[in-house]
Amino acid sequence: MRYLPLTDTDRADMLAKIGASSIDDLFVDVPAVAQLDGPIHDLPMHASEMAVERHMKSRAGKNLAAGDAPFFLGAGAYRHHVPASVDTVIQRGEFLTAYTPYQPEIAQGTLQMLFEFQTQVARLYGCAVANASLYDGSTACWEAVAMASRVTKRKRAVLSGALHPHYAQVVKTMAQFTGDEIADAQPSIQTEPDLDGLISRIDEETACVVVQYPDILGRISDLSKVAEAAHAKGALLIAVNTEPVALGAIKSPGELGADIVVGEGQSIGVGLQFGGPYLGLFAVRDPKHVRQMPGRLCGETTDAEGKRGFVLTLSTREQHIRREKATSNICTNSGLCALAFSVHMTLLGEKGLRELAAENHRLACMTADRLAQVPGVSLLNTAFFNEFTIMLDGKPAREIVRDLADRGVLGGVSLGRLYPGVEALENALLVAVTETTTEDDIDRLATELHDALAGTQAKEPAQ
Amino acid sequence: MPRYFTDEHEWIDVEGDSATVGITDYAQEQLGDIVFVELPDVGTVIDKGKDAAVVESVKAASDVYAPISGEITETNSSLEDDPALVNSSPEEDGWFFRLTISDSSELEGLMDDKGYKTFVESL
Amino acid sequence: MNAPNKSGWKPQMEVTEDGLHNGPMTTTGNRALMLEEPLIFEIGHSETTGVDLPEIDESAPTRLAGVERSEPIGLVGLTEPETVRHYTRLSRQNYGIDLGFFPLGSCTMKHNPRLNEKMARLPGFADIHPLAPQQSVQGALQVIHELGDWLCKLTGMPSVAMSPKAGAHGELCGILAIRAAHTARGDARRVVLVPESAHGTNPATAAFAGYEVEDIPATAEGRVDVAKLKERLGPDVAGVMITNPNTCGLFEKDFREIADAVHEAGGYVYCDGANFNAIVGRVRPGDLGVDAMHINLHKTFSTPHGGGGPGSGPVVFSEALAPYAPLPFVKKSDEGEYYLVEEESGDECGPTFGRMTAFHGQMGMFTRALTYMLSHGADGLKQVAEDAVLNANYVLRSLEDILYAPFADSGPCMHEALFGDKDFGGDLSTLDLAKALIDEGYHPMTVYFPLVVHGAMLVEPTETESKASLDQFITAFRSVTERALAGDETMKQAPYYAPRRRLDETAAARKPKLSWTDPE
Repeated sequence: MRYLPLTDTDRADMLAKIGASSIDDLFVDVPAVAQLDGPIHDLPMHASEMAVERHMKSRAGKNLAAGDAPFFLGAGAYRHHVPASVDTVIQRGEFLTAYTPYQPEIAQGTLQMLFEFQTQVARLYGCAVANASLYDGSTACWEAVAMASRVTKRKRAVLSGALHPHYAQVVKTMAQFTGDEIADAQPSIQTEPDLDGLISRIDEETACVVVQYPDILGRISDLSKVAEAAHAKGALLIAVNTEPVALGAIKSPGELGADIVVGEGQSIGVGLQFGGPYLGLFAVRDPKHVRQMPGRLCGETTDAEGKRGFVLTLSTREQHIRREKATSNICTNSGLCALAFSVHMTLLGEKGLRELAAENHRLACMTADRLAQVPGVSLLNTAFFNEFTIMLDGKPAREIVRDLADRGVLGGVSLGRLYPGVEALENALLVAVTETTTEDDIDRLATELHDALAGTQAKEPAQ
Repeated sequence: MPRYFTDEHEWIDVEGDSATVGITDYAQEQLGDIVFVELPDVGTVIDKGKDAAVVESVKAASDVYAPISGEITETNSSLEDDPALVNSSPEEDGWFFRLTISDSSELEGLMDDKGYKTFVESL
Repeated sequence: MNAPNKSGWKPQMEVTEDGLHNGPMTTTGNRALMLEEPLIFEIGHSETTGVDLPEIDESAPTRLAGVERSEPIGLVGLTEPETVRHYTRLSRQNYGIDLGFFPLGSCTMKHNPRLNEKMARLPGFADIHPLAPQQSVQGALQVIHELGDWLCKLTGMPSVAMSPKAGAHGELCGILAIRAAHTARGDARRVVLVPESAHGTNPATAAFAGYEVEDIPATAEGRVDVAKLKERLGPDVAGVMITNPNTCGLFEKDFREIADAVHEAGGYVYCDGANFNAIVGRVRPGDLGVDAMHINLHKTFSTPHGGGGPGSGPVVFSEALAPYAPLPFVKKSDEGEYYLVEEESGDECGPTFGRMTAFHGQMGMFTRALTYMLSHGADGLKQVAEDAVLNANYVLRSLEDILYAPFADSGPCMHEALFGDKDFGGDLSTLDLAKALIDEGYHPMTVYFPLVVHGAMLVEPTETESKASLDQFITAFRSVTERALAGDETMKQAPYYAPRRRLDETAAARKPKLSWTDPE
């Protein structure tokens, strides 16, 4: 077995040293009822690299990779070009095979990177402090709701109807167990988000208002109005962002008055990966709230010689010290994804991120205008960044998406899949466009969408 | 002004119906470098024996229980910026909070200076 | 200040009499291959970038609802060569398994096979969208299904939830299923029993799920006190959370008896599977009466720890809890098609407690873990457990004469050996010994955990260490132990040779500086 260095001679010598006659002697405390008489019989035996590679490739080959088709999916996960050097850095063994930096003297690489990451995220979000990351955007969203309850000592969260439905479901799932009351809604098919409706749901019992920016339909609104209304009632505004690239083009949530800003960082450096691992971003505008934050925090200090160094800090908030009184049960962060984000963000810089955002927006505008010309298609949004909603006249979008896939086009995410059974939403299709989208891709989508809507038979079978 | 001590290593200065509470020199020494003190909100009514404050070192967080029942009237805001006061002056400048005494009979059975000294020596 | 590098540090090195230990002061603050590296904010610029993108056409109309960004973000960029060098230099200040022995107890720092990395990067896995039409991602759904099948067979459990994102998230999944099962039958139990040696996530998780946590004491031999536990069982106890093998490195030999008693009292048994690597392929937790157990793919199945994540924590369930498992999950139709059950309504879904995360879990970890399993096979995984246990016992028996081993008489240890700091000279502690090991070129073991042993040191060698590697470690460990027993005060200043000396954690916590502030 290529991963196991002990030889049979080693094993015999070591057993002798231990004073055991066989390996079974070391498992004497396992009750007989649970002892197996040999390898588990309905699983295969060990295999060579070549054989395993063949097996895995046979699975990978059955999938249509985003890079192999015109691709327009978003809804919380976006395909962006990741520079080659990002993967080179994250594959360095010193990063890849390190553990949580509990021994800071020999983990300064990870710690300094986290300090830089926290600074990048805080600035991107317009906040004072960001943590060292959480699992993903949806769990970060719940952690923000839980934190708002701790800060305000209130138990009612008002969710915007245009919050990603998975995020809303995660919040509702967790709230069943903590006793928080969640007021949620479904998105209404309107050109602009109904902020007045949202504001009217805030009351004196409200701990927080949760708004996605840009929202699940791709719409953008000025959050400052919601922030004012929330603050007037003593509630916090939680802004959720699922596309960090957008913040290269629009104001940061912190600048607009959000108190806690959370989101998904996958767009920068991490890749699609069928939904995970992703990168939960979490930041607060007011440094006073730091001690109520969940997750790891890296801070600057000095060593015994006076050299600058970094450590994990404020860990008394965390489970390994506070046990049942911790701010969260979270233990790991998403370290390697945070590294990928940070490397990509360093490559972009201020200039690159703003150019990237502008290019995304330019191509999205072009796509929206092109699709709006297809008979039976109308554009819902007046404003959007790189994702927008189109309405398909009389056709359920879920079927059209499958039809498009049969035609070799990954055409978008249907609201029918995200909100099953909600009739008012079933004709809506979310279309995301990034710098990876070519003009040929746009043409192809427009053409195939035209044919699909017209009911023409698919010419190209699925790969 | 009488000073009382608890076996949880808190001291209480009583002045009329008001009491000032902090942790003892022995306690701060056991806890090590204090990095943060979480104090109760003014106006909170707390019962004897319930969590009133949290005192944190780098690797530990310890609850401070209310030695007597009452309503919090004031907290030591200097601890926000300078938690090290608890180490340097635990029984003077590093006080935690003041409260109105709701039941002075709760003071009975607490130790005096001498009694606490003997108690600490026995540990 | 005329700083030799941007971090402001100037070394104060003296030439000692032997002229060997310290050399002259360097101008840069570097020490040959040990290169100081400033922050990106000290070397980057807002106009510098390492990507080539079209320049912004300021005249192009935008549709951004009037919230166009007007203020700078405050980011800085580096070109590609500068970026690669920055992170390469940082990487060299890190200890990783690739560099050396990393016996961090309960964390399972074993070799990460590189085939796993290669497979996870196949575009058919890495470049697919979680909401892609299911007909276009059959291979991905098959991998999730296949991995789930392996996990069920290895644990002897009938069902698995794949979406939890890490071990603690998996624990939460298991406890929420227990709570949902009780709630479904109108049984409002309020207490979860947790051994005092448990990992901190256990009580934190149970408290989060709305339970009161009560400690179960341990016996002198380091196992759960079965009599005390049985005494405490009753109609208010929702369940127990027990780590097996436990955090003292011992197998809970009465686990079956405990499980039967808990079931009889109407409760459920949660097994923390953090230490499954000690028994994988040799013992099936399902045979011991477990109702739910999370599996840290990053421990047992060697997906990389990445400096603190991402992890992955699928949870296997018994028949009793399976219906309450979270959405989504993958099923296979009679026609051989794989499909996702994502909706609460519909026949496919039981009384699930809901959704724990967006999308379907840590696919990137699934591909790595499945690759690992296929490479090892049933026989290799059994050997993994046996070699891990053999290595740990070898370390235990090679050190117990010199270092206090509280449970050395409790029978063989499993995958990790536990020691305490008894009889150290002066005021030396476990921390000093750990820091001295750093100078010897090792990543220290886990320290001060479990809490039940004073100055605990938990050594987990894993199966991917050779005997030669263990022998060298034992020699080094014995020498630092001898120094500690003799009260060698120089250990208080260790490490001497790491990229940094001891860091001031008190100052960091008193005045937290958590992000970079540009100088005025």
